[in-house]
Amino acid sequence: MDFNFTEEQDMVRDGLSRMVREQYDWESRRAAIASDAGWRPEVWAQLAELGILGMPFSEEVGGFGGGAVDAMIVMEEFGKGLVVEPFVPTVVCAGGFLKHAGSEAQREEHLSAIIDGSRVFAFAYAEPRGRYDYADLETTAKKDGDGYVLNGHKAVVIGAPWASHLVVTARTGGDRRDREGVSVFIVDKSADGIVTRDYETVDGRRASEVYFENVSVPGDALIGDEGAALPLIEQVTDEAIAAQCAEACGAMKVAHAMTVEYSRQRKQFGVPIGKFQVLQHRMVDMYTAYEQSVSLTYLATLKLEAGERERKRAVSAAKVGVGQAARLVGQESIQIHGGNGVTDEYAIGHYFKRLTIFESEFGNVDHHLKRHVSLA
Amino acid sequence: MNLEFTPEEKAFRDEVRAFISQNYPAHLADFGMREDMSPEDMVAWHKILGEKGWSVPAWPVEYGGTGWTPTQRYIWSEENARVNAFMPLPFGVAMVGPVIYTFGNEEQKAKHLPGIRSGDVWWCQGYSEPGAGSDLASLKTTAVRDGDHYVINGQKTWTTLAQYADWGFFLCRTDPDADKPQEGISFILVDMKTPGVEVKPIKLLDGGYEVNETWLTDVRVPVENLVGEENKGWTYAKFLLAHERSGIAGVARSKRGVEKLREIAAKETLDGQPLIEDFDFARKVSQLEIDLAALEITELRTLAGEQAGKGPGPESSILKIKGTEIQQRLTELTLEAVGSYGTPYYGSIANDTGSNEYPIGPEYAHHSAATYFNMRKTSIYGGSNEIQRNIITKMILGL
Repeated sequence: MDFNFTEEQDMVRDGLSRMVREQYDWESRRAAIASDAGWRPEVWAQLAELGILGMPFSEEVGGFGGGAVDAMIVMEEFGKGLVVEPFVPTVVCAGGFLKHAGSEAQREEHLSAIIDGSRVFAFAYAEPRGRYDYADLETTAKKDGDGYVLNGHKAVVIGAPWASHLVVTARTGGDRRDREGVSVFIVDKSADGIVTRDYETVDGRRASEVYFENVSVPGDALIGDEGAALPLIEQVTDEAIAAQCAEACGAMKVAHAMTVEYSRQRKQFGVPIGKFQVLQHRMVDMYTAYEQSVSLTYLATLKLEAGERERKRAVSAAKVGVGQAARLVGQESIQIHGGNGVTDEYAIGHYFKRLTIFESEFGNVDHHLKRHVSLA
Repeated sequence: MNLEFTPEEKAFRDEVRAFISQNYPAHLADFGMREDMSPEDMVAWHKILGEKGWSVPAWPVEYGGTGWTPTQRYIWSEENARVNAFMPLPFGVAMVGPVIYTFGNEEQKAKHLPGIRSGDVWWCQGYSEPGAGSDLASLKTTAVRDGDHYVINGQKTWTTLAQYADWGFFLCRTDPDADKPQEGISFILVDMKTPGVEVKPIKLLDGGYEVNETWLTDVRVPVENLVGEENKGWTYAKFLLAHERSGIAGVARSKRGVEKLREIAAKETLDGQPLIEDFDFARKVSQLEIDLAALEITELRTLAGEQAGKGPGPESSILKIKGTEIQQRLTELTLEAVGSYGTPYYGSIANDTGSNEYPIGPEYAHHSAATYFNMRKTSIYGGSNEIQRNIITKMILGL
């Protein structure tokens, strides 16, 4: 058993931690998310320069030889600063598809561009009616000569306004909700027939509704085998969940620390409110929930390469436990901050909002409890 | 014991229902409190009720009340909740009004009560301060007597909708040397247009502006604006807070909210089935309904007590705790029900002007996240739920 990080991982964490502190102080983040772009390409370039965008990839594909643990380390630091840059869509999702199923030519074209920061991806998998079922697809990809023609509507595509490319799930065969007949494509966002409607999200990011209207893509846009992508999508989204659990842990850690600090400063009835036992015990419960979340995140991360059933159980366990903790820590942080907690000016509310949305991404607590039950 | 309404009460319900359906502004139906609501929208129903004589149902008849029994008042609020009506703001009707007719003098009654009834005068509440939230008695704003005026200095916060207010009622310290912090506080009415009053809106988590910081700098207020006796303001403040709490359960509104949640969950799908048919989700909705049913009967028991002549006592803390917990749980479940369309910030989309744009998500999803974020306030304001538990500890358990 070994819960230690390697010397290299510790170094990366320290470097990244410093960068997040410097670039993501509260005022800088506030200005960045309020800007027209809503993110900072220069921060992305800096992440590429530090090697962060190549961390989880093996050396054979041009990365730095890391894996899921490295992604976990990165995301935890991002969570502490509420970093909005699209590491999960680009590195974990698009990078994951390429890593697991990309052809040599696809890896060569896209992976090096992910690693050097020149290509940004968004993952267009959700649809208005599909909720958390990746097979519940109304988007279609019809064979057309050597290529395909895409039609459909993808909902709440996180990071799409910043992306040059999209990873798109679509049905190439079978009926709606069949496990067979699901395929994954990499599509240039500037392709003819793609219409996007961009907006802000409640947790400070940007997203789009993406509409495909007879979008022609070449045959080599397909990743992996036609119609057989569902297990691949599950693998990659499980990796995304593990990464976002780490992000939630980072955010909870800071939210808890801020709350404890606030309870030391804020006086009512002549004493700091942290002296009230009723609040002390609640901050203990928050802390306990955070520690349990870290454990579940380790478990999920370390099981990503295990067999399908083991992997899914570990990831669902993490999504359930961390989701519940995120709700608890978010809500209690606001309550203990009192009126200040519900203002836009205090940072704590923004941690609460990110933790709220985290819960619903890639399946909420109910969804993953059910998946866990089904794999018992 | 009998939970059924009497034939008279049923007839009253029909009368009320007909009046609401004929008079409630159609464009505000099912509107709730929204960030794009105008001040005119907020008082529209109040003004209609003022003309009908139904704007202050709980007041004594001599001051314009309806003489309705507590049960009739309950029916009234239920029927309004059926259309999710935006009710008259509480600051005049439920807060300062009862203080004025109970503790104020004849001039104050004549001057202020008509505007509260008609909805023509907008009131705000100046209680909390940056250092005095739940510990209200530690407030620092001072009112110093100078001839026939008080000169007020200090800072208030969380002054709800003060940006539109004509008048405010403020707690100010008039005797800084009093033995206990609760003593030496006075209840003073302030014309918000008086020089030295400055109101600054505070942006909240949901992107809206419903509360303010209010600064008072050398504000000169005539002494006739003192309500009751000097230094006895704490008594009036407590009286007001008990009234505030009794309306805070929001049972009727939550019932409508559960109905809406069921409507949404019938439209949303999970694994190809309506979400409401999913056992896990349905179970949570049922749990909420059970808690709400209990709260409803608890509130009715409190009302029955009132009907028998008992004022709202510390039991109202139970209504506050459970009512706000249920309201929060309801907004959580609604956000859960709308799935990924809870994620867009619709405030950013509303600013778009393009006409050929695709709509984003179903309409019922648009305020789900904002409402969830906004409703976190309910367990904090009006005396936090921790303070309510302290009240029950002391007043009921005697600990």
